Amino acid sequence: MELKIVAGEKEEVTEELKKVGLEEGIAEHIKEDFLPAELTVTFEDLLEIPLEEAYAEDIILMLGREEKGEVKLGDIELKVNKSELSDKIKDELKKKLKVVRRKLTREKLDDIVRKVVDKYEKAKVEPREAVGIVAAQSIGEPGTQMTMRTFHYAGVGALYITLGLPRIIEIVDARKKLSTPTMKIKLLEEYAVERNKAEELAMEIEETRIRAIGKIEVSAADMSVWLSLNEKRLEERYIKREEVEEKIRGIGMDVLVEVMEDRELRIQRKKQSYHELLRLEEKVSNTLVKGIEGIRRVLVRREPSEGYVLYTEGSELKKVLRIEGVDSTRTTTNNIAEIAEILGIEAARNAIIEEMMSTLEEQGLDVDARHITLIADAMTMDGEVKQIGRHGIAGEKASVLSRAAFEVTVDNLLEAAIYGEKDELRGVTENVIVGQPIKLGTGAVELVMGSKYENQTTKRQGAKIGGTGDGKGKKRVN
Amino acid sequence: MKKGKFSILEHELVPKHEILEEREAAALLDKYKLQKEQLPKIKKSDPVIKEIKAEVGDVVRITRRSRTAGKSLSYRLVIE
Repeated sequence: MELKIVAGEKEEVTEELKKVGLEEGIAEHIKEDFLPAELTVTFEDLLEIPLEEAYAEDIILMLGREEKGEVKLGDIELKVNKSELSDKIKDELKKKLKVVRRKLTREKLDDIVRKVVDKYEKAKVEPREAVGIVAAQSIGEPGTQMTMRTFHYAGVGALYITLGLPRIIEIVDARKKLSTPTMKIKLLEEYAVERNKAEELAMEIEETRIRAIGKIEVSAADMSVWLSLNEKRLEERYIKREEVEEKIRGIGMDVLVEVMEDRELRIQRKKQSYHELLRLEEKVSNTLVKGIEGIRRVLVRREPSEGYVLYTEGSELKKVLRIEGVDSTRTTTNNIAEIAEILGIEAARNAIIEEMMSTLEEQGLDVDARHITLIADAMTMDGEVKQIGRHGIAGEKASVLSRAAFEVTVDNLLEAAIYGEKDELRGVTENVIVGQPIKLGTGAVELVMGSKYENQTTKRQGAKIGGTGDGKGKKRVN
Repeated sequence: MKKGKFSILEHELVPKHEILEEREAAALLDKYKLQKEQLPKIKKSDPVIKEIKAEVGDVVRITRRSRTAGKSLSYRLVIE
């Protein structure tokens, strides 16, 4: 199918196309010799550009300038996209406008968009508003409801994860060592569908030490360690006997490994002493035969929308992401420090938001995401995850009084005295301390009377005001 | 069972990072009346920065997915 568009001058057409983000692709079809008579675009060409069919037709009609005054889908798209709204509102507005398109005129459309932009601007936070304090209160108040349930754990099967207030504190303190590190490992296609594949993968990840797969005995009589491997356990964990033997040979300490007739393993050291023998036993029983060190347990769970998902006790993001079958784009950990190290500061910011929101939601608390976002922004501002506290954000405040008012008052004042620090009294706390109005909201602006206005008032009131003697024709009003 | 490489840039937690051209960076600073140093920072050692090969002093544009706005732009200055 080939559509012909009656077009104007080349510049005019390309300009129109540019407005709707279409110049690429179509512009090639505009050839000098074609114009100004007509422009031919195949319908396939239009479809290649990601647009709905109807919309594409509308654009063509719009370019053709037929039926002036009627609102086309293209008009809506164009008007809304050009406005200063956020993407989400744009999408919603477009959807709603498209429904009532037939009843609109271009003037009405302009009017609606203008009014929405107006409302949007009014809904924005005013400059100089104390957003930090609002955020603190908005998390602090629901936080009081959480304290009652301190150390509440929710089980994922038999797995325990710190939740509630202790977890919020953990996040905000940017702790490196978590009380319950855990990972949610999402799997790729077949692993997510087949239970035995998922289980095999789980065994690949869970750390398995020799003590878990066999019985170890120390025999003082022949100065050796005897290991009898449990067939069933080996099978469960997909481990071959040879692998175990290999691992034992690899522990160093000059070991001699012999396989006896009853399949028991006899392990000896060249250097023979009772003390060395006990050390050998310890070493053998602790040897890792399979899995990732630090992942103490892996649970396989089936989730309705995801298929099989693995939950772990312990977290090793970097190693787990490299394993085949693991979805390296959607696997996460609750350890934010680890995310910052492996996926970067922006991922850590996202993780802080996700973790805090889900912790609050899990407790049935509804906190606006923007408060949490502000916290995450403040914590990741300098390119590393910093805690909110005296070793992090609060400790880096410029004001001495503010720091002293927060924690460890004497230390802060003493240090400030030693270094001869000055306080500019710009923040909230320090101005409250000295009893001045705080520089926030309306307190943040000063009024300067314009000279034009002043001239008028001085004329009317004679020399009464004008004679204060600042001589610059301006008067400051607080 | 080991697979070789995976790209952190494809992880769902990692938003899109792009290095701004000199001209774009200047326009940004002009628009918000900022000095470069007033922007939030990102370290040169950040895994994403290593991946996109940004240098100290570059400004990086980050296209975040926002819960409230749908999409939001943010900028960071690359530091040592």
